[in-house]
Amino acid sequence: MIDFVSPTLEYALLAPMLIVLAGALIGVLIEAFAPRSARASSQLFITLATLAISLASLIRVRNSASTTAAMESVTFDGAGMLLQASILVISIIAVLLLADQENFTALASTLPGSDEERTSLQKDLRVTEIYPLTLFAVAGMLLFPLATDLITLFVALEMLSLPLYLLAGLSRRRRLMSQEAALKYFLLGAFSSAFFLMGVAYLYGYSASTTFAGIHAAVIGSTGNDIYLLLGIAFLSIGLLFKVGAVPFHAWSPDVYQGAPTAVTAFMAAATKVAAFGAMLRIFYVSFAEAYWQWRPALIAIALITMVFGSLVAIAQRDVKRMLAYSSIAHAGFLLSGVIALNKTGLDASIFYLFAYGVATVGAFGVVTLVRDSAGEVTDLNRWSGLGKRSPWVATAFAGFLLAFAGIPLTSGFIGKFSIFSAAYESGSTAILITGVLSSAIAAFFYIRVIVLMFFKDPVEDGTSVVIPSIYTQITIVVSAVVTFALGIYPTPLIDFIQSTASFLR
Amino acid sequence: MNLANMNLLTLSMLLPLLGTVALAFTPKTSVLLTKQIALATTVLVAVVGILMAINFDFKSPGFQFVESRPWVPAFGINYALGIDGIALVLILMSVLLTPIVVIAGWNESEGGRWSAKTFYSLILVLETMMIGVFASTDVFLFYVFFEAMLVPVYFLIGGFGSGERAAAAVKFLLYSLFGGLLMLASIIGIFVMSTRYGNRTFDITTLAGLHTVLTPMMENFLFLGFFIAFAIKAPLWPMHTWLPDAAKSATPGTSVLLLGVLDKVGTFGMIRYCLTLFPEASKTFTPLIITLAVISILYGAFLAIGAKDIKRLIAYTSISHFGFITMGIFAMTTQGLSGATLYMFNHGFSTAALFLVAGFMISRRNSSTIADFGGLQRVTPIMAWSFFIAGMSSLALPGLSSFVSEFLVLVGTFTRYPVAAVIATFGIVLAALYILIPVQRALHGPTTPGNENLTDLNLREKVAIAPVIAIIVVLGFYPSPILNIINPAATTVISQQGFTDPAPTISEGK
Repeated sequence: MIDFVSPTLEYALLAPMLIVLAGALIGVLIEAFAPRSARASSQLFITLATLAISLASLIRVRNSASTTAAMESVTFDGAGMLLQASILVISIIAVLLLADQENFTALASTLPGSDEERTSLQKDLRVTEIYPLTLFAVAGMLLFPLATDLITLFVALEMLSLPLYLLAGLSRRRRLMSQEAALKYFLLGAFSSAFFLMGVAYLYGYSASTTFAGIHAAVIGSTGNDIYLLLGIAFLSIGLLFKVGAVPFHAWSPDVYQGAPTAVTAFMAAATKVAAFGAMLRIFYVSFAEAYWQWRPALIAIALITMVFGSLVAIAQRDVKRMLAYSSIAHAGFLLSGVIALNKTGLDASIFYLFAYGVATVGAFGVVTLVRDSAGEVTDLNRWSGLGKRSPWVATAFAGFLLAFAGIPLTSGFIGKFSIFSAAYESGSTAILITGVLSSAIAAFFYIRVIVLMFFKDPVEDGTSVVIPSIYTQITIVVSAVVTFALGIYPTPLIDFIQSTASFLR
Repeated sequence: MNLANMNLLTLSMLLPLLGTVALAFTPKTSVLLTKQIALATTVLVAVVGILMAINFDFKSPGFQFVESRPWVPAFGINYALGIDGIALVLILMSVLLTPIVVIAGWNESEGGRWSAKTFYSLILVLETMMIGVFASTDVFLFYVFFEAMLVPVYFLIGGFGSGERAAAAVKFLLYSLFGGLLMLASIIGIFVMSTRYGNRTFDITTLAGLHTVLTPMMENFLFLGFFIAFAIKAPLWPMHTWLPDAAKSATPGTSVLLLGVLDKVGTFGMIRYCLTLFPEASKTFTPLIITLAVISILYGAFLAIGAKDIKRLIAYTSISHFGFITMGIFAMTTQGLSGATLYMFNHGFSTAALFLVAGFMISRRNSSTIADFGGLQRVTPIMAWSFFIAGMSSLALPGLSSFVSEFLVLVGTFTRYPVAAVIATFGIVLAALYILIPVQRALHGPTTPGNENLTDLNLREKVAIAPVIAIIVVLGFYPSPILNIINPAATTVISQQGFTDPAPTISEGK
């Protein structure tokens, strides 16, 4: 009989996550008790304050030595802190987009097209649950890249996913599509979670441990039958690759990107990617590194297919959100080269890329929320033509983000691409380098097509217009644009910081 | 006062940017002020460029006006500038052409989608990048300018051109981006290799030694990444198809910058990057490249003969000329290389003259079809004479500057590849055809109906074209100032990487 030892928790280190959870709970209480009229503004304030305090507490513990906490289920190290900081920064600018309530349904429980819905719209009701839901998701995301225990990893995965499933269904316009997207996301997400758990089971069977360190030890001491390890890695990877939207586990992403309220898409596309890739980097770098000859060929194949497929299919898209979805698939492929690189430069490059890409993504979707007609957002690309004439600044900002996605020099995307491809090549993968630049060339085609549409085509007269952005949206777009170009022109401080900080504690 | 310490290169790149800032604060309605600011800025930059040339030490073969600051130390990237004779000549050409383009294209911004402010801001930003791309001594910095440069040109063609301007702009951009991304692969290759062999750097002088440790296979691949990018830029058959469209659709001023300066980045890159960094691979691929160059010379010439549109005609002649330049470079003789560099300089001015006069003609007639002109000699003598001289310069008439360079290229090539040189000589014959036919049709003969009332060049246009023609004529008789700048640099490139001039094959008294 084993004596039960009460767990020790390092509260100072866990503070960033705990603060976010506390903020989320306060949000729930506000939903329950505050008068309807006061909810929106107080929720926004609480959410922003929570994220800011969390970021501050993260900065406070940044210099503490790498260590494990909460009974080795969580590890605090340089890379983890950087990923957490990226998630928080991206969340802050994404939450500002949520503040624009026009995107969300008035009352989520009403049936689309019903009288109830009409009444709720007339009463000018607002869903304010989005804020605590977002905070719950953020808490999960903060935990995800730090988790060093498969069970904790799974809990974090579900914690970040469940609120996102809900958020995806809350669109104000085209609600059926939004709800369909949410359901699709949920079902496929549940499916991938099952795979993930299966992988956990196999890994436990292989190593008799659920901690990353335990698996690592088992991999090193492996003497013969690695079939369980292989199965475990495969199934676990399916769960993770689903979250990052890599081919062939990408099927959900175009529909969900399109159906979800754009502000949610922005948050999901940017922050989830950081969290999921963070977790992926950790488990592959820490636990599976020594078994690389077993998983690397498969992962290289997936990366190549993902890059090429995402870039090619994006060309055919007529909807800006779907186009950005396929572009994000292509970028998932580029980011996988950071995992494949399996070296320090790969880790540095991935973290830089994740942050730069996340910020630009939020900015790009921020612009998408602005282009509207009387029936809501206009995402049909044909109707974006001539945008540069009507609202030069909005179009210029969007063009800037697209150029960053395309990896044109003097934008953050270029530095990201350069560093991640050189890391992959350094590790010996010429295929990644060649396919990477070639699919970048394909991808450039559809980014440029949108720029042509906005600047070189005459406006269509169908009531599409750009709304005057609210101050929150303005902040989001301006901050994203400034960061995108600043990181392109002078990335040195961030690169140096990442280089000196980023490391995984094994 | 020692000008060498003044960071003249940075200054010359900073000035246009300051001009852009000034333009940003100019009200949209004061178009004249906008143009004046743009002109003043470009003239100032030209003065700085001339100062640089005056203070340049002709005898020293290395980089001068050197500046270096760390940019991204983690990747070994420096903001490193410096110019040798070849770069100086090209920078000089760029900074002289830009104000001329501004004067000649005084009203070019009017047909555009956007305001004059945008037009001149794009030109000024482009000027900064043109200087930067020639002045970089850091491969990464070069790449940044090389790629970022596409953006202003893209908007200049697509926003202010005529006809199918958007399509032409996209074609230009996609071709260039494709080449650029191949080059990025090679740059990553260089980066990883230089890290692997102990010295993480992008410094061109250090990297010149890298080829000694590369496997031939690797060197060939890295070379190809660079070469294809450059061959798209200075279009070599069969990668040329974007050029005629872009040149036809862009405004004459933009075309001058595009063909005169931007495409030279390609040929400049072949010298600075292909030859210097990958000498062995350059030798391996030379037969192929010389063949492509000869094909370009003849193919461009034939297309030019058949061209009905005056702007397309000039673009095709340029393809032929770029063939000569590439041939001169890969002949790997001092004469060939000096000739090719001088050719780049001269081609900049003769193309500028052709395009600018063509622009004057087109703006008067609202047509760019050669058949619409006729008998201009009688109606507008000054315009006609300018076109004639520009045309003669393009076909390399002795006494005009291009003759010297074409001769040097052919002689330099003949010593090593006599067959190629002989075939290329037919290009000169064809040049006579493609220039004299339009000259005859547009300038001589009876005045085509509709042309009787055309006005001759006005003062502004004369001011723009006069310096170009002056340079063409003066350098035709006395090319040594420019050759003196080029020769030491060309000798360095040839000798540094172990290329040798072939010994004279005929020795007397033996």
